[in-house]
Amino acid sequence: MHDKTLTELAAGLRAGEFSSRELTQDLLGRIDRLDGRLNSFITVTAEQALAAAERADAARATGEAGPLNGLPLALKDIFCTRGIKTSCGSRMLDNFAAPYDAGVVERLAAAGTVSLGKTNMDEFAMGSSNENSFYGPVKNPWDLDAVPGGSSGGSAAAVAAGLVPAAMGTDTGGSIRQPAAFCGITGLKPTYGRVSRYGMIAYASSLDQAGPLARSAADCAHLLGAVAGHDVRDSTCVARGVPDYTTDLDAPLSGLKIGLPREYFGDGLSPEVESAVREAIKVFETLGATVRDVSLPHTHYAIPAYYVIAPAEASSNLSRYDGVRFGHRCEDPADLIDLYKRSRAEGFGEEVKRRILIGTHTLSEGFFDAYYKKAQQVRRLIRQDFLDAFDEVDVLMGPASPTPAFDLGANKDPVSMYLQDIYTIAVNLAGIPGISVPAGFAGNRPVGLQVLGTHFAEAQLLNVAHQFQQATDWHLRRPAFAEESA
Amino acid sequence: MQWETVIGLEVHVQLATRSKIFSGASTAFGAEPNSQACAVDLGLPGVLPVLNEQAVAMAVQFGLGIHADIPEVSVFDRKNYFYPDLPKGYQTSQMYDPIVGPGEVEINLEDGSTRTVRIHHAHLEEDAGKSLHEDFHGMTGIDLNRAGTPLLEIVSEPDMRSAKEAAAYLKAIHSIVTYLGISDGNMAEGSMRCDVNVSVRPKGQEAFGTRAEIKNVNSFRFVERAIEFEVERQVELIEDGGDVVQETRLYDPDADETRSMRTKEEANDYRYFPCPDLLPVVLDQAYVDHLRDNLPELPADKRARFENEFGLSAYDAGVLSASRAMAEYFERVKDVCGDAKQAANWVQGELSGALNREGLAIADSPVSADQLGELIVRVLDGTINGKAAKQVFQALWHGEGGSEGNSADAIIEAKGLKQVTDTGAIEAMIDQVIEESPGQVAQYRDAEPDKRGKMIGYFVGQVMKASRGTANPQQVNTMLKEKLDALC
Repeated sequence: MHDKTLTELAAGLRAGEFSSRELTQDLLGRIDRLDGRLNSFITVTAEQALAAAERADAARATGEAGPLNGLPLALKDIFCTRGIKTSCGSRMLDNFAAPYDAGVVERLAAAGTVSLGKTNMDEFAMGSSNENSFYGPVKNPWDLDAVPGGSSGGSAAAVAAGLVPAAMGTDTGGSIRQPAAFCGITGLKPTYGRVSRYGMIAYASSLDQAGPLARSAADCAHLLGAVAGHDVRDSTCVARGVPDYTTDLDAPLSGLKIGLPREYFGDGLSPEVESAVREAIKVFETLGATVRDVSLPHTHYAIPAYYVIAPAEASSNLSRYDGVRFGHRCEDPADLIDLYKRSRAEGFGEEVKRRILIGTHTLSEGFFDAYYKKAQQVRRLIRQDFLDAFDEVDVLMGPASPTPAFDLGANKDPVSMYLQDIYTIAVNLAGIPGISVPAGFAGNRPVGLQVLGTHFAEAQLLNVAHQFQQATDWHLRRPAFAEESA
Repeated sequence: MQWETVIGLEVHVQLATRSKIFSGASTAFGAEPNSQACAVDLGLPGVLPVLNEQAVAMAVQFGLGIHADIPEVSVFDRKNYFYPDLPKGYQTSQMYDPIVGPGEVEINLEDGSTRTVRIHHAHLEEDAGKSLHEDFHGMTGIDLNRAGTPLLEIVSEPDMRSAKEAAAYLKAIHSIVTYLGISDGNMAEGSMRCDVNVSVRPKGQEAFGTRAEIKNVNSFRFVERAIEFEVERQVELIEDGGDVVQETRLYDPDADETRSMRTKEEANDYRYFPCPDLLPVVLDQAYVDHLRDNLPELPADKRARFENEFGLSAYDAGVLSASRAMAEYFERVKDVCGDAKQAANWVQGELSGALNREGLAIADSPVSADQLGELIVRVLDGTINGKAAKQVFQALWHGEGGSEGNSADAIIEAKGLKQVTDTGAIEAMIDQVIEESPGQVAQYRDAEPDKRGKMIGYFVGQVMKASRGTANPQQVNTMLKEKLDALC
């Protein structure tokens, strides 16, 4: 059962081939046996999961089952879960159990899904390799020497390893798409405002967006449909109808205009990734799409702009972790300042501290105009680049990451780590949706194709990705790791 | 040297919304610590602010009340600093694009004149919690009930030139916000607090002196005293050859002095930036027009109407329009008795005197406006005289006669205070007094005619006493004079 898609599992549940309880138990067993080597979960909620599975089975028995009823999944440990530890990958919140569920968690529970637990992540979603977690790094199931990507590394690895059919992640600069690419699965970052941020621990509020990681575009369509939509508790969540994202999955791609941003095929792109992506684009041509080059001229400003805006917001968002009301508090503080200093020094890891320092600096008097304001101007130009491109083409395609998954410990220098997100980060600055789909391999490590659309074009992205998956089998490949205990 | 004082005020008004500015928790005062703080107020991870529409409406009403520009777009910013009673580590405020633009407020001075103070802007923000240092030995308690309470910060131009003007300005703001019903204006509970910027300069000099900011002054009286102290301190400092440094000071009402809190060098860098969790507030014209059309009559307009329509003096009109409760009480008394001047005299005289003695607000007056109006009616129609009226008032004050509008009549009846105008009855009393006072009568007779006027007072007093205050004093006076003069 562990290598089936959500769609296939839903059919099995519907047909009575197995119960949600059986499915849940099977996967909990796999987590128990395999995750010691992977470290993709921070918290496994077996008891709650079995109870939820039983409720789902009971609902099905009375005919009240929706399409996702009884399906197991996992939640990135950034989503608050009532009464269950929500650590955000940080020592700071190692002792924190939220008194409420995030909007996303509520909706998934209402749809009858069964959460198996909370997945590992870079601390406060800051990182591209999942090496910044207080709970230790996650291994890539395709190659245990490789990182799974980040920051939603635990979610991606758990799906790739067959521990769960799908998981929720968040994407602030590529944190869904890049780990999806590294782990050979499908990951969708929706339009900013499409999914509620309520109860999702903030890193950079104007960039953070929740989305699904799964084994197919069709599965992502089902999950997005369940979590998208207005939430009055998040003022940035858009009051806009949610279409059935599965309706257009089978629409033919003839006449689809694909743009290839020149800037996404330049220096620093690994030849193996480039050739896999170009092969994938040929598949679209055979499906009737036309391909042309386009330009996103401000692309090279995206990383600098991001590393002003995101740390600025983070420096403020993370001020609440002060040791006063919840979270880590140092032993025997001498006075208030000592309490602040040691609680934060002990509670936060290196990368989080680095970004708090950067953000505090860029917002300081005398630097605000030069950094923050300028970065916001650049952000508008980057957004305009995309809007101009979408005047000419329907979707943009390129690599999700310049390299396949790198070795654990290979990127020690923060700036080289930041450059990992060169193809994903501008998408968050522009607020548009993007999806990463498996498109081949570089050696034994997967390569992801990224497809971008204009604001609220999720249905189109899912259609494009689904058609690709109908024509290829990259998304059906499973790592040997997943079969070991089968 | 002659010195001129320059004062600007930042007044924080707590808005009378039921729930907080960014959460659904209650804003009621005085609850158990932390019983009115929800996850948003506590700054728990993952929660987000949702703007209270009522707070926006109230801020706009204030703006309209001071004839201010209401910008179409306003933006919330984060003011970042660490403090234990500031749960998120930032205060959500409006730094660059406030909800209310420039406006003006008319202030009433003690001599009855008025002045205009310009308002620079007013912005919305959330209040912090409270740090409780008592009751916790060696520790500090944090009460977050107040955290997230909506505040409107009203920033004046440096237009005031004396402590009295500053107090008058504060009273004018108090009056406007309570008229609008956007704040309870309760200064003792902290519903209005102000920061005072004070500087001095040689009279005639254009440039401002270096200012000190006195934080968190919370009564009309303290504002005056803090400024007076601070002006004296600055003048002495300069005259002794020193310089005023730009700093934040604290007023200590017990010692009646201001003390330095922190200098400019020690000031926080608040790292303001737009709050990414809140969208800009965009007000459409129809919304603003709707609020404008539904504004109540404001103090300046009321004051003008009291002068023009009722013929009251500028001073009386100012006093009676100073608060909405006072104005409404006065207008009701006037409507019941039909005589604005009598109503004004009674409200400002007997009633205000009694309220002040007992430290009561007009809203808590034991004598209702209807009762007072009916009492005045009885004075006007001659049923009782002025002296009896005061007795009736006292009886009403102590709850005699019930709470109905006609309770004055009940008291008049019960106490037999009805004025005696029967000539025969008065004459009988006069005759008796004359008969019992042969010495005084002789003195009267022997006095020069122009001294007799004064001497008649004794006889009037005796007759009034004999009537237990019910005789008509004018009648007594006239008849006595006739009788006594006849004896001469």
